[in-house]
Amino acid sequence: MSAPERDWAAFVTNTEDGKAHMDLAVDGITCAACMYEIERGLQKLDGVEKARVNLSSHRLSVDWDEAKTNPSPIVDLLRRLGYKAYPFDPAQVKLRGDAIGKEILRSLAVSGFAAMNIMLLSISVWSGNASDIDHETRAFFHWISALIALPTVAYSGRIFFRSAYTAIRTHRLNMDVPITIGVLLATTLSLWQTIQEAKHAYFDSAVMLLFFLLVGRYFDHLMRRKTRSFAENLATLKAESAAKILQDGNTQEVPLSKLAVGDRVLVKAGERISVDGRICNGESEVDQSLVTGETLLQAVRLGDLVYAGTMNTYGVLEIEVTAAAKGTLLDEVNKLLETAMEGRSSYVQIADRASQLYAPVVHAAALLTLIGWIMLGMAWQPALVIAISVLIITCPCALGLAIPAVQVVASGLFFNERVLLNAGDAIERLASVDTIVFDKTGTLTLPEASLSESHGLSTEDLILAGRLALSSSHPLSQAIARATGAQQVLVDVKELAGRGVEAQIDGNIVRLGAPSFCDVSDEQLAHAKQTHPDASFVAFQLEDKPAQLLPVGQFLREGAVETIKELQTAGYQLEILSGDHTGAVEHVADRLQVSAWQAGLKPQDKIDHIEVLKAKGRKVLMVGDGLNDAPSLAAATVSISPVSAVHVSQAAADAVFLGDSLAPVQSALKISRKARWVMNQNLAISVIYNVLAVPFAVLGFVTPLVAALAMSGSSIIVTLNAVRLRMIAGKATPITPEA
Amino acid sequence: MEVLIYLIPIALVLGGAGLVAFLWSLRSGQYDDMEGPKWRILDDGDLQENSAPVEAAKQKAS
Repeated sequence: MSAPERDWAAFVTNTEDGKAHMDLAVDGITCAACMYEIERGLQKLDGVEKARVNLSSHRLSVDWDEAKTNPSPIVDLLRRLGYKAYPFDPAQVKLRGDAIGKEILRSLAVSGFAAMNIMLLSISVWSGNASDIDHETRAFFHWISALIALPTVAYSGRIFFRSAYTAIRTHRLNMDVPITIGVLLATTLSLWQTIQEAKHAYFDSAVMLLFFLLVGRYFDHLMRRKTRSFAENLATLKAESAAKILQDGNTQEVPLSKLAVGDRVLVKAGERISVDGRICNGESEVDQSLVTGETLLQAVRLGDLVYAGTMNTYGVLEIEVTAAAKGTLLDEVNKLLETAMEGRSSYVQIADRASQLYAPVVHAAALLTLIGWIMLGMAWQPALVIAISVLIITCPCALGLAIPAVQVVASGLFFNERVLLNAGDAIERLASVDTIVFDKTGTLTLPEASLSESHGLSTEDLILAGRLALSSSHPLSQAIARATGAQQVLVDVKELAGRGVEAQIDGNIVRLGAPSFCDVSDEQLAHAKQTHPDASFVAFQLEDKPAQLLPVGQFLREGAVETIKELQTAGYQLEILSGDHTGAVEHVADRLQVSAWQAGLKPQDKIDHIEVLKAKGRKVLMVGDGLNDAPSLAAATVSISPVSAVHVSQAAADAVFLGDSLAPVQSALKISRKARWVMNQNLAISVIYNVLAVPFAVLGFVTPLVAALAMSGSSIIVTLNAVRLRMIAGKATPITPEA
Repeated sequence: MEVLIYLIPIALVLGGAGLVAFLWSLRSGQYDDMEGPKWRILDDGDLQENSAPVEAAKQKAS
């Protein structure tokens, strides 16, 4: 298959020194040897200036001289070497080079440097306070600490200040609010103490607090980055481009971002339609299973609407790109999705919930301390110092690490089980689930059609059917070709569009195609439909012998029956909500022994049902893949999509699982419960630490030394406890060989 | 104790140099790939075929 002429200009950017540059996602890189092979191979090409593979993100960056070469030989070479590569659309990868991660890392470096240097000075002051430091030296040390701390707090604290500001402006309270108050008060108090030449300054606490919290933030970010870069590669490798029909009638492959409403694109037989549009030429049948969940093929012709993600079967279609017109399925999905997304933002993360309880208590305690000491006859200045020291020691340092540390360890475990997380708080939401709603098509069943095991053909006939099927681009034929592993194409094959293929072998006529094409009687078809209600049929006829029907369809995923059974035993309520017709859904529900199922649902019906469940107080996990599932994925408490899902659904889901098996869903639930348990432990540790520390602070015994010890001690304990999750979870779920 | 007046700024400048070096390495993209570089040191493909070390190794082997 030769690559069609592509519009490379859309993928190429220029570097500062005038070279052309392109980033590609490369599939098939497994080890360092692949990296050498690609880099060396590319560098031998004339005109290629630099080729560098990123082994962690499986991306390739190439620079070349535009006068000497163009991207085609580069991509061709990669294909010859056995790697599937596709360039990133620069418009879609806006955050190149991970800008947020770098900001956190820079802040972390600055606060780490400052914490170490201030601590060096602070320890001298503390030991000097116990022995014989003189006034001038202490003041000098405090002033140097102030000089280091003030810019550091301003620079490294920005991340927290920004987030706290947004929270307050929208009348919410998140963890960053008490953090910001604590850090700012500690710094201001210390500056004031320094000016007064007092004995204690808390610069070290303020900066160390920032350092520990930034470590937590970076953990959190690392986890998300891993999933995001994986998802971007995946989306790019799907090569979402379209064959645009130019003015002169030629076609050119362009990335989707270069298409405008009104453009015409050409979709060949057996290709996936990549745009939403109206057919302006040709007719065909389309497989809409990824969009509506309907497994039966639907006939379309001039003027009909087709959606991105559907599969064109036999005809060549010319499609005019439309925006989501009012009243179409896509419009409905978009509208529902918007509403559902708004509903989701009302979920409050466990850490923020904790800080909503925590912050008022702590701030009240500090205020009471101030009032109490003044009433006991202390001057207001030392009383204020004590009150602020209460706030400093209760600043949620361990609380800030408690959840992200567990999330990072858990996301590593998820990754081993082939589950990628889109949202960090998905873990705690997964742990609360008691009801699981499955979509049928593409979720419980495999996303692609396959040949049923019970086809009843002899091995020879099967291979013949497979070879015949190779000549057809119809998805059902392709499923047969895949199942038989046929490689050699038969010569002299006639394809009759919409009906089937026919060939002559040793004077015998062999046919493969629609049942009517091979003279299948209606009774035979009806009988076959009874045994396989979820399948479509391809007939195979050898010579004059009666034709045989090959059931082809989207059958259950590997391990689906076992997984469903185990989930039921574990006490989850299971339901199936499908857009497919009743017969097919009933058949699957029977096989899986799920009693609660509904068929023929529209996106709105699915949401309504989930809302009903939620209103009953159930926590719903939605597992789905289609465009019609996207709104309900966003509406459910938490959601998972298979990796084969349409883009919109994957973006709406909290997690994505890889592979053909359904087992990752169950592993994810197991790990999340254990992670939740460790999170609770960590929160308890943080609270106990405060319960112990606050009385000392209220009584005025907290010196900067005590604050520093308590803060770092609790942070380390919480982090170590998070690492323990790896051991507990590792014991219960044996590592599968494929992981 | 007057010596501290020089020593502390010197210590800070040295530490600051480390910080600047780190920020520079971050900016120049040295943390973009945490997997590849450890394997690259094992790759001999950049050596010229007729370079001295390769020849020496070949003679030893034969």
